[in-house]
Amino acid sequence: MANAIFNILVFPGFLFLFVFGFIAEYVDRKLYARFQNRVGPPWFQPFADFVKLISKQKIVPDEADVAVFKLVPIFALTASITAVLYIPVWGNKAIYSFNGDIIVVLYLLTIPTFAYFLGGWYSRSVYSMIGAVRSLTQIFAYEVPLFLCMLGPALLADTWSLSGMVAFYNQHPGYWLCNLLGFAVALISLLGKLEKVPFDIPEAETEIVAGAFTEYSGRYLALLRMALNVELVVGASLLAAVFLPFGFNLNPAAVFPLYIIQVFFIIAIVSFLRTLFARLRLDQMINFCWKYLAPLAFVQVVINLILKGILPR
Amino acid sequence: MHDPGEVKITIGPQHPALKEPESFLLSLHGEKITASSVRLGYNHRGIEKACEDRTYVQDLYLVERVCGICSHSHSTCFVQAVEEIAGIEIPARASYLRTLISELERIHSHLLWLGVAGHEIGFDTLLMYTWRDREAVMDVLAAITGNRVNYGMNTIGGVRRDITPQHKEMVLKAIDILEERTKYYIELGLGESTLLKRLSGVGKLTNEDVVRLGAVGPTARASGWGRDVRKDDPYAAYAHLDFKVITNDQCDVYGRTLVRLGELMEAYSMVRQILQKMPDGPIAVKAPRKIPAGEAVSRYEAPRGEDFHYVRSNGTDKPDRVKVRAPTLANVQAVSKMLEGGYLADMSIVVAAIDPCFSCTDRLISVCDEDTQKKNTVSWESIRLKGIDWYKNQGIDFTYLNKKLARKF
Repeated sequence: MANAIFNILVFPGFLFLFVFGFIAEYVDRKLYARFQNRVGPPWFQPFADFVKLISKQKIVPDEADVAVFKLVPIFALTASITAVLYIPVWGNKAIYSFNGDIIVVLYLLTIPTFAYFLGGWYSRSVYSMIGAVRSLTQIFAYEVPLFLCMLGPALLADTWSLSGMVAFYNQHPGYWLCNLLGFAVALISLLGKLEKVPFDIPEAETEIVAGAFTEYSGRYLALLRMALNVELVVGASLLAAVFLPFGFNLNPAAVFPLYIIQVFFIIAIVSFLRTLFARLRLDQMINFCWKYLAPLAFVQVVINLILKGILPR
Repeated sequence: MHDPGEVKITIGPQHPALKEPESFLLSLHGEKITASSVRLGYNHRGIEKACEDRTYVQDLYLVERVCGICSHSHSTCFVQAVEEIAGIEIPARASYLRTLISELERIHSHLLWLGVAGHEIGFDTLLMYTWRDREAVMDVLAAITGNRVNYGMNTIGGVRRDITPQHKEMVLKAIDILEERTKYYIELGLGESTLLKRLSGVGKLTNEDVVRLGAVGPTARASGWGRDVRKDDPYAAYAHLDFKVITNDQCDVYGRTLVRLGELMEAYSMVRQILQKMPDGPIAVKAPRKIPAGEAVSRYEAPRGEDFHYVRSNGTDKPDRVKVRAPTLANVQAVSKMLEGGYLADMSIVVAAIDPCFSCTDRLISVCDEDTQKKNTVSWESIRLKGIDWYKNQGIDFTYLNKKLARKF
């Protein structure tokens, strides 16, 4: 019991993700700034932003549905934090695992997007509602490629559990190289999931102010931003576990720094990608995802099905 | 008939896409814009009226503050009109110096626009890069005139500051850097796929519409309408310079981007020509304090398009009437046309593509009743009386002083 509470509240649950989320946001912002030839924020900036936001006045719009409006940030945060319990962070095995947990993680990561939709929709402001509808439309574009490209590695490993996949790829070093195509697709889909350039359509600043978050302020906004940070960390951890499973045979204390490095590597790629592109339009994004990403992810699945018959197990 | 899928959305007067207050009412069907209307008049400052109460020299600095970016354009346009009325011929060196500042200003304005355009389509890297490069030309302007904006370079009868050989060297050095950078941006603009996707085919404005709606500047030139005051009606030293009027037949935002990038390249070559050909001599002639009665119209190709000033004098040291028509006023009509049938996502880049400068444009406030939507205009006299009342309520009363003053004259 005490162990479970420790897992949920401290590691790898709330407190760990809270701190790691800030560090991830800092790394993301700093790298983004350096790529753009700017100085970038100091290391404590994300934390300072958070403290400032929770101390600010919170305003709930008159027409908003108060209960949904207030609950949405908590839902988003909780779902992302729950997902991490099934991802191997400390050593070879996640805290909880069963055959099929990869699907649970993917669906848990969908909940924040729905939470943003609900929050935006029940804010009852035009900008929020357009942003909300956009984030829901966007989910149909990136979710399928993201799920499909997770399917490939799982098929090769012949397991539906993340811990099982990590164990398999550690027994067969070098097999992860088969999934590089899927990794590329997953990275691009992750940009859509995290609503970052070029897929930051739901919160396009110059069009609809802040999209679904327009009416949020004070501590609700702070929680929402933290949910986004945690989502970034969890999304990167998921990709690290599925596509970069190195060295998990080592001592857990030695694996942990490796995991951190992997997550930072993925965050660095995400920041790099978002310096390269302009924001796409919604119709262009859906076209792109269905025309290129989904077929590529499918190709990965086919490749892995063939490899499964060829490669020694 | 009410369309159930229709959403009305107001962009502005306060909105992150707009750098100045302006209101766009859009009717949306899904993400598509079905109708749009523009409302001007949030930033009226009464500059034209204020000009009538000041002397010509004071007006010069006031008019320079019509726009924060093309400040030299407005001041040159105004001073040209005044010089025409007074029959002053400015020295050749002065006209070259005016042209130099004018082209440097065009460089800084177009680089600024490129950054803003990048930001509007979510390409912040472009914004950071272009604004960093823009610092080079800002430094040059600061070194020559003493200011980064609002240069205070013009005076009636010439210019106030001369350039030294050190300045010359500095300008050439900055131009070399910027030329190289601009070549890179042109390459980027032609090759980067997301940029192409967001810009081409967006905000279409046909050649006929340009003529019908009276668009000017790069907006018109990107639709194949090759009008440029520098070529058609040369002022300052433009008659002695060799340059091309950049046009494009894309008729969209991408075309406008290419036109501005092309104009940057032309501006670099023009700056080099100016520095090469600049004659020696005085930089100003003495102008009379009182300008003889008369009227004049002056045109000037500002970075945003044709700027137009009308000045009427009555023989005193203050103008009788000053009329400013900023290029944005000519272009803003075309924005509605460009927005219709487009996507909401493209709204901000379409508006930004005319390089709007709304506070330069505003010439009136119409007070709109919230319930009836009726517009009222208020006369000058009633504003004056209201002002007097307001000050009386504050305990400041000039009635006695006014009477005393009236007795004196």
